[in-house]
Order: sequence, then structure tokens, then C-alpha cells
Amino acid sequence: MTSFVRIRHLSRVFDVSKPWLNRVLERLPKTQLTAVSDVSFEIPERQVYALVGESGSGKSTIGKMLVGLLPPSEGAVEIDGVDLSRESDPGKLSATRDKIQMIFQDPYASLNPRWRVRDIINEPVAAKGGDTRGLAERLLEQVGLSPADAVKYPHEFSGGQRQRICVARALASQPRLIVCDEPTSALDVSVQAQVLNLMSDLQEDLGLTYLFITHDLAVVQHVADRIGVLYLGRLVEEADAEALFDAPRHPYTQMLFDAAPRMDGFGREVTPPKGEIPDPINPPAGCAFHPRCPMAEEWCKRERPDLRKYGSHRVACHFAQA
Amino acid sequence: MMAQAQSVADRLRGLGGGKSKGAVETSSLTPPVLALRDLVVEIPTRHGVLRPVDGVSYDIHAGEILGVVGESGAGKSMAGNAVIGLLDRPARVASGRIRLNGERIEGVSPKKMRPLRGKKIAMVFQDPLTSLNPLLPIGDQLSETILAHLPVSKREARARALAALEEVGIPAAAERLDSYPHEFSGGMRQRVVIALALCAEPDLLIADEPTTALDVSVQAQIIALLKRLCRERGMAVMLVTHDMGVIAEAADRVAVMYAGRLAELGPVAEVLRAPRHPYTHGLMGATPLAAKGQARLNQIPGAMPRLDALPQGCAFHPRCPKAGPACSFSAPTPMRMSADHSASCHFPMMPEPEAAPL
Amino acid sequence: MVDQQNSPVARPGALRRFWDSDMGWSFRHSPVAVISLLVVAILALGAIFAPWIAPYDPFDPASLNLMNGFTPPMQPNAFTGEIFWLGTDDQGRDVFSTILFGLRISLFVGFSAVVLAMVLGITLGLLAGYLGGWVDTIIMRLADVQLTFPAILVAMLIFGIAKGVIPVEYRDQMAIWVLILAIGLSDWVQFARVVRGATLVEKNKEYVAAARLIGRSGPAIMLRHILPNVLSPVLVIATISLALAIIAEATLSFLGIGAPPTQPSLGTLIRIGQGFLFSGEWWILLFPAGTLLALALSVNLLGDWLRDALNPKLR
Repeated sequence: MTSFVRIRHLSRVFDVSKPWLNRVLERLPKTQLTAVSDVSFEIPERQVYALVGESGSGKSTIGKMLVGLLPPSEGAVEIDGVDLSRESDPGKLSATRDKIQMIFQDPYASLNPRWRVRDIINEPVAAKGGDTRGLAERLLEQVGLSPADAVKYPHEFSGGQRQRICVARALASQPRLIVCDEPTSALDVSVQAQVLNLMSDLQEDLGLTYLFITHDLAVVQHVADRIGVLYLGRLVEEADAEALFDAPRHPYTQMLFDAAPRMDGFGREVTPPKGEIPDPINPPAGCAFHPRCPMAEEWCKRERPDLRKYGSHRVACHFAQA
Repeated sequence: MMAQAQSVADRLRGLGGGKSKGAVETSSLTPPVLALRDLVVEIPTRHGVLRPVDGVSYDIHAGEILGVVGESGAGKSMAGNAVIGLLDRPARVASGRIRLNGERIEGVSPKKMRPLRGKKIAMVFQDPLTSLNPLLPIGDQLSETILAHLPVSKREARARALAALEEVGIPAAAERLDSYPHEFSGGMRQRVVIALALCAEPDLLIADEPTTALDVSVQAQIIALLKRLCRERGMAVMLVTHDMGVIAEAADRVAVMYAGRLAELGPVAEVLRAPRHPYTHGLMGATPLAAKGQARLNQIPGAMPRLDALPQGCAFHPRCPKAGPACSFSAPTPMRMSADHSASCHFPMMPEPEAAPL
Repeated sequence: MVDQQNSPVARPGALRRFWDSDMGWSFRHSPVAVISLLVVAILALGAIFAPWIAPYDPFDPASLNLMNGFTPPMQPNAFTGEIFWLGTDDQGRDVFSTILFGLRISLFVGFSAVVLAMVLGITLGLLAGYLGGWVDTIIMRLADVQLTFPAILVAMLIFGIAKGVIPVEYRDQMAIWVLILAIGLSDWVQFARVVRGATLVEKNKEYVAAARLIGRSGPAIMLRHILPNVLSPVLVIATISLALAIIAEATLSFLGIGAPPTQPSLGTLIRIGQGFLFSGEWWILLFPAGTLLALALSVNLLGDWLRDALNPKLR
């Protein structure tokens, strides 16, 4: 299987310093937040890759760098063999960018409230001067809405319908990769099921590749082929979905699975995970997870484990075994 | 068709049992901490009167967590707001009874409600920052609340504040008494809010989506905390959430709401394993957690109707796979399914064979 | 009818839609707003059609009869027997006619000044909010500096500079335009501030990210995506600014540095009229002053209503 997306040693640092004058007066050094640090993974064509993590894990930042909304501080994003930050041919670059689209979390903020649905859906094509005759109507039908909805405004739709419009807009430029940033976390369960089903139907019909970014393990388990687990900006575990859910090898993944509510967990008494996600500005030394890890030893506080390969499984833990 | 509907309605009325149709008594010796009977909340608007809560009845007993679950627009928060007297105008309790420890509290004056709020009923919201004053150290906020409700000295109040913080699991609580809300993380803030809610030792805690804004690992901590407090203090808890998983883990009984009405009410294991209302059944099928190994999720077609456009009869019938002719003009009343399990449906689901009897 | 057959979904006209909308409802249920709009409409129509409505042309020396001077309202003149609704001034000019023509100047200056301030403020606010960084710093610090001076002082300063630059023989002709420039330039700051604030909110919304993703340019995103979404607060400010601009114009004219006596605005009329108040000819002052008060108050109340109606929290 050829990899459609290659992410190599991707890092992103944000400057979160106080304003210049305050810094000078209070004699503070520059503060930097490393949101993503040395992340590498590949997505084969027509696969669903899920990035899972809690707040501060850097999952959305990776998504933004992948689609080009944020430039990486270091590392490279390669789509279909084209390195987005080093490609010098603008034609090739623009053609590659057209292959990537994104679906956002908040269906209420991702549609311009002053635009008609037709103009919203047509924009990706119209912006490039393409032919948009009947395009919006056709796409609306494809996502399960009525072609007559094209003349309406976003406020006339429910959350689930809006997310369908977002999907239609994402499909307009005939992309091959869609980055989905928490696409269903703002939706109700019954509507979430509709949107997830629609997305998997479209994936099969159109041969799409998805990068799914979410915190919801249940959704991940349902949609993903391969999963990457992030903790404080680093990939701590990566495996095929089934293998990961059967036998997570990183204690953080284990903790996430234990903490996630279960439908059959009636009256389940679990010892909840200890501690909270550390401040990403001052992450713990060594393995970032060590303050919360039940297995941690002195070693973990000093030395950060590398992401090592065990078959198709990759784990960053000193205690992971083959 | 009319005759058929009439007979269905008669049957339901007979089975439902008189005035307290919805409520299924679990313990008849002591009165429940909270008892709702046919509660109706109305919002008069220029398009007509909306009913975000329409004839809801349930009880919560001491030491019990009742999960109130529903999608957005189901009216699940509105019932809790009605209980604590925090309905935003022009919403108002139009009819029905709210009893707290046997005493009616619906429609009492704000003056009489104020001492009840905090002392007898406390509330925890989704966003902890809405309940905390950003300009006061949390120790002061806690002591202030304690002094307002309990006859203790200032020193005693501060000691109790410290104890409350320790009880909700804030590390180094003595040092954090003088910290401001913004100095806490999201999970810690929610703990502070829970401490604030508990410091006057209320009988009833209403928790409205208390974990929705939190990460999974912190959510597990907060749920465990709520369960422990409920058990140790014998407090009644109304846990309002949209998350079926949270309900499964935390609640003893569950009330499923749809379009302002109670769809199903019963012990959590029974309702989730063998749902009798088609809506609950659909909701379970749509939850990815429950749909392990399926390629497609079961989906409920359509969306929750808007309150100003509720369908006639059963509000769920346009989306219901089992809907019959009766459903489109006769609204079902709660029907007893087992000792303490009821569902408002003309054609309830039969328990599947593999759904083990409890 | 033809229209309805052709389009798949019949859409009612804009007026009808407004009437049926929440805003229309709020308008119909606010007597203050209805009366204010009525007053503003009557005054505006009076100003626009002044040459046709006014019974006299106050600026045609040939039609003036000095004998008509100081005629009290609704009373026949002692010499000529002519009756003037609102009386006449010292020159025998019909006060009603001068008010209509004065309104014309006042409204024109106020309206143009607000348009100027709006265009300037929106442009700078959008740029500051969307681009951020040093562009934002420069524009907003400039705004802060200007805000430390009272607007009327800034207007007088600009007026003074213009007076020095423009040759004497053009001064009267250019006075109106200088007035517009002076009031417009003194008033852009609040537009820029509001637009910048709203832009900061909008630019982080996901629909802007979606447009950037498509490869839309910065100007296209600012004009086509963000601008339509920041206009409602601008509308409110524009309305309230209109009232302030009219008053500012009147103030400048009252101080004698605004509209010239050859093109008197309401402010000029008030300045002329104040000389006669204590000699008994009260109508020369009070009618223009009352008109100014009614205009400014109505526009202001309309702005207040608009602010409440557009505020989702108060709905």
C-alpha cells in the first residue's frame, strides 16, 4: 500500500510570551509552547487514520499544519509525493492543496451566516474560477439534503444538517483527503450516527482518505483503520485499530480506555486516573506521562522513551515489550 | 381509527394508574427527596406557548443518582432549572407539583426560594466559571456560602471550607484556600464548584452536564467523586447529561427525555440493556460505544423537532420505526413495563431474547 | 406572479421579510421606535423636498421684503398683512423655509460625515483586526491618541487647517465640504474599534479557516466573508453617530466656524436666533432649535432601539 500522506518529524512551537513591554519591565524570558513535537506517521490511500488525544495533545495543530492553515516549525508534510513546504512549482503546490479539504467541529461557526448555501458550497470551485452550474444542488443531494435547500441561509438548518452542508462544501473541489477535526462532537448522538454513516458511505463511494481528529474513543473505534494516540504533543502509541483496542501497550492509552465510560459499566467502581494533563509550557522532564503513570520508575523521569516499532505497533514507553 | 386510539388511551390510563402516572415508586416508606408530578414548564412567545417540559413525573430518593438523558432540545435541563427556581423569564412552571422532602416548592416566591437554594438544593453547571466569582479567593467564596446557610462562626466556616475542599480531592487544600478561580485547571475548578455546592450539605444536587467540558480522564474522576459523595452523604443527585456512557457508569435510574416529555424511566441496567421505548432503543443503536463491530451505526432518521413545531400525538412518531396510526394523534402516557420501569409508547419494544433477564 | 412561477421557492420581498422577522416584530412593538422613525422620515422628506415645499425661497434677495421682518408666528404682519406659520427673522425671511433649507444642510453634512467616518473606520478596523501585528498597533494607537482629544476639538483643528490652506475666495463654497471632512475625520475611531473587535472574533471562526483553506486571498476574505458579519454593530453606531454628527455640525456652525450664513444650517440659524431671544423675537431661535432637538433625539432613539433589536441577548 502506498502512503498518500507522509508526516515527518513535524513540530510546532507557539510563542506565548507576554507583550514585549511587559517582558522587558518584568524581566521575563520568552515563553514558548511546544504544541507538537517530532510527530511522524503515514496514511495509506483510502484509509481512515485517527489522531486521539485529550486537550493540549496537539491533535488539532497537526490537522491545521496538514491542511496548510499553520506552517510547521519543523518537519514536513508530504501529500501524494509533494512536500508542501518545499515544493517550488506553484502550480503543483496549488493542485496538491486542492486535494485536501477539512471539516470543522462547530457546524454553527463553520458556515458564513450571511451566505446562501449554494454560494457556500460552490466557493471552493468558484474561487478557482471553475464551473459551478448545478454543483451545489448535486452535492446537496449527495449528502442527503434537498437541492431546493441551495437558496436557503445556514440559520434555517439544524446542527446535523449544517454539518452535512460542510461535508458538501468539502466535497466540492473533489478532494482525496479530508481532515475531520472533531466533526461530530458538537452533535447529538442520533445525529452523530447519521453524519458518521454519511462520511463512511462517501469514503467508500469516492475513495477518500480521512484524517480523523477526535477525543471520543467510541467514535474512533467505530471509524478508524489505524490510530495514533497523542499526549502533550507527542505520539505515544500507534497501531491498527483492532490491535490497539485489544491490547493497548502504552500506559496512557490503557488509562484512556479505562477512564472512558462504558455502556455496560453499570455501577462500575473504577479507580479514576490520577492527576491531570500537565501544563504544556512546562512539560515534565523525561517521559511526559511519568507523573501520572502507575508503572513509572526513576528512569522515566530522566529519559524520554523513543517511539519504537513492534511489528505494526509503535509505542513510546520504556516498559513496552515486543 | 378513532375508536382504536380511544381504546389504546383507555388501556394506558388503566395501566398507568390514576394521577401519578409517570412515577414509579421504588421506596414507599420515606418520601423521596424530590418528586415531580406532571410538571409543565411553559414559555409564552409571540408564536404561541412553547412547552419545553410537558407533563414530566419522576422521583429521586436519598442516596440515589437519577440520570436525566436526552438530546439538545429535550428539555432535560429545564426541569432541573424549574426545581431550583432558576427558569429564565418568561419561562414559568405552568402546572404540576414539585415536592422537596414532601413539601411543595413550585411557584414559591423568590424570597422563600432563596434559603432553599444552596441549603436544600444545590446545582453544578457545565462551565464551572459561571458559578465562581473570579475576583474572590475560593476560600472566601466557600466560607461566605457556609455562613449564609449555617449558623457557624467565621473561623468554623473557614475550617468547613477547608474540609469541603479536601473532601472533593483538591491536593494541598489548605494552601489553595486563598487561590483565585483562574489559578485552577478545568477539572479542579469543577471540584471547587462541587465543594461549593456541597458546603451547606444540601439534600439534592442537580448536576447539569458537569463533565461535558472536561477531558475523559478528568471526567472519570468527577464521576467517581459524585458517586462517592452521593453514597457517603445519602444525597439525592439529578445528573443531567447527553452522554449515555456517563449515565451507564454513574446513574442508578435513568429518565430518558424527548421533546419535553418523559420517554422512558427505569433502572439504568434495564433501560440500557433492554430499552422499551423505540427512541431509547434508537439512541442506544446510534451510540458508537454500543455498536461495537458494526460497519454502520443504526441511525434515527430526522432530528429532534423544534418546540414550536411539535408533531401531533407522540412527538417521536415521525422518526419512529414502529409508529402506527394511533401515534399521530394520541400522545402516549407512561405505561408500566416492570416493577419500576415505565415507557410512554403505544407499541413498546419487547425485550430481545438475548437481553438477559435481570 | 411570473416570478413565483419561475423560481423554485417563492421568496417574499425584502420589506415583507423585514416585517415578518423578529426585528420587524420588535419594531412594531416599540412605540418609541415607530414615532422616532416617523419624525426622522418627515424631517428628512421635508429637507429633501425643501425647494418644492418651502413657501418662500429665503436665499432669493428679490423675494425678501424687509417690511416683513420680525413677524410673529401665525399673525399677520403689521405692514404687509402677510401671515407666516413660524414667523420671520430680522430680514423678513420665512422661518419655516429657512428651517427646511437648514435641515437640508444639516442632514447632508451629518450624513456625509458619517459615511466618511464609516468608510474610513471600517477599512482601518478590518485591516487592524485581520492583519494584526504592527498594522494593528499603529492604527489602534493612532485611534487612542485621537480619542484623548474631544471630537469637537479635532474637528475645529481640521477646520482651522483647512481654513489656512484654502484661498479666501473659495472658503464659502468649500465650507460645507471642510465641515464634512472635519466631522468625518473626528469620528472614525469608534467605527474602527468596533469593527476591529468584531473582526477579531469573526476571523477565528471556522468559516474563515474554510475560506483560507480554499486559497482565498486576504482582501477577499475581509470583504466577502468578514465584512458582512461585522456590519450590524456598525449600523447601530452609524445611527447614533448621525445624531452626534448633526449636533457637532450645529455646534461648529453655532460657534461660527461651520456653515456660512449664505448656506445656513440649523446651527447657523440658532446662532442668528440667539441674538433675538431676549428682545422678544423668540421664534427665530426656538423653532430651529426645536427642530434640531427633535431630529437628534429621534435619530438617537432609533439607534438605541436598533442596538437592542440587534442584540441577541436582549431579544
